[in-house]
Amino acid sequence: MEQRIYLDHAATTYTKPEVLEEMLPYFTEMYGNPSSVHSFGRETRKALDLARDRVARAINADSNDIYFTGSGTESDNWAIKGVALANREKGNHIITSSIEHHAVMHTCGKLEREGFAVTYLPVDKYGLVDPELVREAITDKTILISIMTANNEIGTIQPIKEIGIIAQGRNIIFHTDAVQAIGSIPVDVNEMNVDLLSISAHKFYGPKGVGALYMRKGVKAQQMIHGGAQEKNRRAGTENLPAIVGLGKAIELAVTDMPARNTRIQSLRDRLIEGIMSNVDNTLLNGHPTRRLPGNVNFSFEFIEGESLLLSLDIKGIAGSSGSACTSGSLDPSHVLLAIGLPHETAHGSLRLTLGDQNTEEEVDYVLEVLPQVVQRLREMSPLFNQQEGGKTYV
Amino acid sequence: MYSDKVMDHFTNPRNVGEIENPDGVGEVGNPRCGDIMKVYIKVEDEIIVDVKFKTFGCGAAIATSSISTELIKGKTVDEALEVTNKSVAEALGGLPPVKMHCSVLAEDAIKNAIKDYRAKNPAKSSI
Ligand code: FES
Repeated sequence: MEQRIYLDHAATTYTKPEVLEEMLPYFTEMYGNPSSVHSFGRETRKALDLARDRVARAINADSNDIYFTGSGTESDNWAIKGVALANREKGNHIITSSIEHHAVMHTCGKLEREGFAVTYLPVDKYGLVDPELVREAITDKTILISIMTANNEIGTIQPIKEIGIIAQGRNIIFHTDAVQAIGSIPVDVNEMNVDLLSISAHKFYGPKGVGALYMRKGVKAQQMIHGGAQEKNRRAGTENLPAIVGLGKAIELAVTDMPARNTRIQSLRDRLIEGIMSNVDNTLLNGHPTRRLPGNVNFSFEFIEGESLLLSLDIKGIAGSSGSACTSGSLDPSHVLLAIGLPHETAHGSLRLTLGDQNTEEEVDYVLEVLPQVVQRLREMSPLFNQQEGGKTYV
Repeated sequence: MYSDKVMDHFTNPRNVGEIENPDGVGEVGNPRCGDIMKVYIKVEDEIIVDVKFKTFGCGAAIATSSISTELIKGKTVDEALEVTNKSVAEALGGLPPVKMHCSVLAEDAIKNAIKDYRAKNPAKSSI
């Protein structure tokens, strides 16, 4: 394998050297505990405050409303369980969508088992949530709405602002998982009318194992991790300072570089989509044609299965991911692909390629050369593919 | 996650295709993940002289399909019936635990193909 091409940026990104550089001194030189009174503690406290300010600035929030966590998943758990448990006397109903990340889905599932009622709103064939359906689902027991800003699999960008207006009008707390959105589209908590918003650093060229939760002042949410007085007494545990510093730097870069970076990435995305759609028959583009993340491509190739597609691409040096049942530990196809109406077999042949800031046009052209061959080879092995009929129908 | 042998059979699968006028065809779907395997056999004097397969499935499914065709080619029908998903997995140098169910696909497809052959040739069965 000569060349390796990474097209799985929605899974994780590399950490930018500038980010790493800012992090490093906090391992070896500035290691004080930010809760300590002495000078060692004061210098790391300052770094913590700066990181918080940077996150706040990136999403147009107040620094006091930013809490650091261990991951985007923790942020989602905290937002949903925290709000649900703290507002139980007001009601037990939660509204979410059927295409949320597992961090939201499984957290809602846990709450259902504890007596909460959850409405999983359907989406249209592009993966869009209809704000009207949100409005109709609201009852006088509804305490929380949680809809992701942009989908991790198919890249569809939700009408968050509209949903936020509805939530605000009914005085219902509104959370959005913006893990895939930060750095890809503008995120502004006031513009979007959100009360809570989840962030994960490793999706925008920051380190893994650190996230943040924006929680608007006044939102009642239970504490999930008990212990020391960190994070204004709301999330205990000595701060992972190097990672938090990294998150701060990464989000600042992600937002300032956004227009230029995304114009480039989006043109690569469109080249990839057009190249494949015009060259490979029986292929679907999953997600919305225009309301999609700049780096997201998601195809379904009929008659083939995603894991064997990923393996074949990996042999050729191309790294992607799939919603196929065979790649999921649970052997169920992606709930997102099923929710947009794909039949099981079509969800099986899905391929997600997510572009990042180091991908080049040459790399995209290499994919355009290799991918059709790989698909063809697997189709020739497939009992569903009828070559005689030009592959137009299932046999 | 896969052994070299699995990757070899995945990359260069043996006996892919269809047989015209086969003596037996077996098609099975995997209830766990929805994959499908189809096996064609050609039998002469109770010996499987040719076998071909087509598989819609994961890397393990394709590799087990491939190696199981190798295991039964040239064997008698009765010998072929002794191929189990375990022996298929062993011949591949093992499979990850979550992928063991894929090897059942190959075993079942072969058994079905033989059953089909027996049904079409009742006289020759049970010697
Ligand atoms: S055939 Fe689906 S996991 Fe192997």
